[in-house]
Amino acid sequence: MQPMIVLEDVDKWYGKNFQVLKSCSLTVSPGEVVVICGPSGSGKSTLIKCVNGLEPVQGGHISVKDMEVTGPRTKLPKLRSHVGMVFQHFDLFPHMTVTENICIGQTRVLGRTQAEAEAKAAALLERVGMSDHARKYPIQLSGGQQQRIAIARALAMDPIAMLFDEPTSALDPEMITEVLDVMVELAKEGMTMMVVTHEMGFARKVADRVVFMDGGEVVEDTPKDEFFASPKSQRAVEFLSKILDH
Amino acid sequence: MKGWNWDGFFEYLTNTYILEGAAVTLGLTIAAMTLGVVAGCVVALMRMSPFRILSNIAYFYTWLIRGTPLLVQLIIIYTGLPQIGIKFSVLEATLIGLVMNEAAYLSEIIRSGISSVPKGQSNAARAVGMTDVQMMRYIIAPQAARIIIPPLGNSVNGCLKTTSIASIISMEELLRRTQVLIQEKFMVLELFVVAALYYLLMTTAWDLIQRRIERHFGRGYDIKADAAEQR
Repeated sequence: MQPMIVLEDVDKWYGKNFQVLKSCSLTVSPGEVVVICGPSGSGKSTLIKCVNGLEPVQGGHISVKDMEVTGPRTKLPKLRSHVGMVFQHFDLFPHMTVTENICIGQTRVLGRTQAEAEAKAAALLERVGMSDHARKYPIQLSGGQQQRIAIARALAMDPIAMLFDEPTSALDPEMITEVLDVMVELAKEGMTMMVVTHEMGFARKVADRVVFMDGGEVVEDTPKDEFFASPKSQRAVEFLSKILDH
Repeated sequence: MKGWNWDGFFEYLTNTYILEGAAVTLGLTIAAMTLGVVAGCVVALMRMSPFRILSNIAYFYTWLIRGTPLLVQLIIIYTGLPQIGIKFSVLEATLIGLVMNEAAYLSEIIRSGISSVPKGQSNAARAVGMTDVQMMRYIIAPQAARIIIPPLGNSVNGCLKTTSIASIISMEELLRRTQVLIQEKFMVLELFVVAALYYLLMTTAWDLIQRRIERHFGRGYDIKADAAEQR
């Protein structure tokens, strides 16, 4: 089967001296859910932002389905319209209502009519349990609600894969579940997902593989059961003991 | 002592010669602000450009214009330049001077507005597949506008009054026409009060317009107002 996301020997530097990503390689097959974890500063957020070209890379190559991400002639806007992304701080458009947030990409990028876009938005709001909030502005919503809207905004583009960059890290504990529930459901429906997260419960439940990063390197890339039962590297053992023992 | 002449005052309050002068002031302001915003956007984007040469040119421009008085600039443009063969009409010289000034000041206001939009917004806009132009138009500009409008409003208010400086190169705006009438009729106080009232009328009208614009771009930032709108 043709892989959905391929990263090959990706190198990235900030400035001349600091290398954030060191020859990172990983492959995500269609329908697969891959969780990326690791200590802060390990480069995992940077790595996921490279997949849709939000961060440029200096070496290696990246492709999504049959589209090259790296390379001079890539039409990044076109590629990004096929890949959904959810951010740590939600980044909803504050000057637009919930419905407008979900419609803007559909109408301006995909060229759907306003009516089509609004129908899609209504269906997605229903799905993430936010139908009552369609006309509100982001400022009127809690963090968990905003993140569910952000997921709906990404799904509205009918993405072939979804990228999640620490989607629950900025949330109060009681709101994490409502976001994870939506993500679990999405995973079960067969969405291809790359998820940077510390939520090991989520990883246990739906991940196919866990990628462990440290110091800009992919240290481990293993099926989830193996990762939790017997991590190969000492660094992963230490990391797991820190985030699981409390 | 001559005393205050009510009849004269009311006569000039509705004098068409003065009214036309006020209309010219208004027209100059609208033209200077409109062109100034466009040029100011260009200067701001140049200033924020990753190309050093563009940002240096923009910096030099604002440094030069903001560092010299408009009065001096107008005299150079209208009276000085003909000496080297560059001639402008009064209206052209006035507009060039005003637009150059507004562009310099507005570019800084626009730049701060654009910088105030969080980085996450451009990432989010790009992530749904927007091009840079779409991102600017639908996401960045409307949010920057909320920050830009209050100081921009100050500039409009200032510009309404600054146009009076063009009277020095005989631009026939409100102040110039007031002075012409004074030289005929010697009703100094009455005529200047009439002129002041016209300026006040125009700045007040702008205040009301600005408030509406602020309300428009404030959408999504005021929980109470947003909730009321949804009811």
